[in-house]
Amino acid sequence: MLTLRHVNAGYGDFQALFDVSLDVNAGEAVAVIGPNGAGKSTLMRVISGLIPAVAGSIEMEGTSVLDAPPYEIVGMGVAHVPENRRLFPRMSVEDNLRMGCYLPKFRARFEERKRFVYELFPRMQERRDQLAGTLSGGEQQMCAIGRALMSDPKILLMDEPSAGLAPVIVQQVFELIDRIRAEGLTVLIVEQNVKQVLRVVDRAYVLESGSLHMEGTADELLQSPEIQKSFMGM
Amino acid sequence: MNSKLLVAIVAAVLVALPFLGIGPYPLHLVIVILIWSFAYTGWSVMGRFGLVSLGHGAFMAVGGYVTALLWNEVGLTPWIGIPVAMACAAGLAVLIGYPCFRFRIIGHYFALVTLALSEVVRQIIIATRDTTGGSLGYTPERFGDGWSIVAFQSDDRMMFYYVALFFWMVGLVIWRLVDRSMSRYALEAIWEDEDAAAAVGVQVTKEKLKVTVLSAVMTAFAGAMYCQYQMFISPDTIGGVGISLQIVFAVVVGGIYSMLGPTIGAVITILLAEVLRIWIGTEAICLTDKICFNAAGVPLLVYGIMLILFIIFLPKGVVGAVIDKWQGRGKRAEQS
Repeated sequence: MLTLRHVNAGYGDFQALFDVSLDVNAGEAVAVIGPNGAGKSTLMRVISGLIPAVAGSIEMEGTSVLDAPPYEIVGMGVAHVPENRRLFPRMSVEDNLRMGCYLPKFRARFEERKRFVYELFPRMQERRDQLAGTLSGGEQQMCAIGRALMSDPKILLMDEPSAGLAPVIVQQVFELIDRIRAEGLTVLIVEQNVKQVLRVVDRAYVLESGSLHMEGTADELLQSPEIQKSFMGM
Repeated sequence: MNSKLLVAIVAAVLVALPFLGIGPYPLHLVIVILIWSFAYTGWSVMGRFGLVSLGHGAFMAVGGYVTALLWNEVGLTPWIGIPVAMACAAGLAVLIGYPCFRFRIIGHYFALVTLALSEVVRQIIIATRDTTGGSLGYTPERFGDGWSIVAFQSDDRMMFYYVALFFWMVGLVIWRLVDRSMSRYALEAIWEDEDAAAAVGVQVTKEKLKVTVLSAVMTAFAGAMYCQYQMFISPDTIGGVGISLQIVFAVVVGGIYSMLGPTIGAVITILLAEVLRIWIGTEAICLTDKICFNAAGVPLLVYGIMLILFIIFLPKGVVGAVIDKWQGRGKRAEQS
């Protein structure tokens, strides 16, 4: 579904991604794991068009998204849950969801998608008139995922969904991801919380200093001594 | 009280106002208030989304000067001159807005860029004094006595009152249309988080540019109306940093987030300026033999103090505070 080949990207003179190639097949959940500063967020931002790729190709279902502006990429069915939620704090939960189907072609389905999100996350329905900035961390993550689901995306990009959350909440967030997978959605997720994320995905890539070092199924990586040593402190 | 009834009564009073035995001076004040209200509403259309422009004096000056220059120099009727002036303001808005929005110049930095715009346009008017009259001001040529549709001029205050009243209402309708549009959500989202807005598919630069052009065009129209009514413009009466700041001040006082905020701001600031002018005059005031100042500066002093007090104590302005209080009372009544 999503194919990256030899992607280089960065900020100004600083190059953050070197020759990154990866694939996400329909229905799959794939993780990119790696330490701080490995380029995980940059990878997400390149795919969703927020920063340009310097070289390489990115294709979504065979269509290049390389020079497409972010709104076109959203229109192709790529939804981005940014790092640290990035909700609109002074808007209500429902208005945040409304922004999720902002594109004209999605607007007509607002009510239908809203019902879907409320069924998935009943807590959001209880909180619908509350300002998003006043939600708890876990609820904010729910709202951010809900906002991304409003456009009925084909693939969901999740940037560090566990960042800045208490361990109990992190547990809940990964349960949310399980629920989304059960809906048949394709998910690409970047995480530092390696142990947890490998339990909810099918495959994973290891990103270090801007390039991919390893890839394998979640089980392989969980068993790998190298991963256990560098990421799980075993 | 039934709010529809209230609106109907206010509308009826406004329409009948010239026949209620109102003198020429009060009627003049009302017209001036209506024209400035339109300009302030135009500013708040973008200002309410955190796009604080200190450059609207420039758009107002473009509106007035382009209209008057085309009339005097080319003999072009304001019916064409005003749209041309509005197009010029739109062009200027794109010229200054596009680079700002493209390269993420936001908040204070955007305000500073637009502040410079105010001064640049004022300096251009002064530098081309052979044509524009410089700081001495400029007068559109009179068509003759009475009124003329072609010249968009009239001796008759009453006629201008209805023109100003009509466009004031158009201004409110535009405000309401923006308020009810999807652009409103987009602009609020952009204000809160540009990246997140872009990530859900908002075209950040385009949305900002759209509302900036709308705001500039409205302000230019107000400048043209002011020119046609006063039959005199100068860089200091419709342009420059002074007017830009006056616009921001009035809207902050009235209420930046409410439809009637800019209008109430115009009422308060213009009446205040008149009262201070009549009460204190423009004589020199001497505290001691050595410390003297011109009393014409006193209104500025009062403005400055009021602005500080409003920003601290009534950040939503008079109208915003009244609405909050009213809604708060409604909620308490529901609970009890």
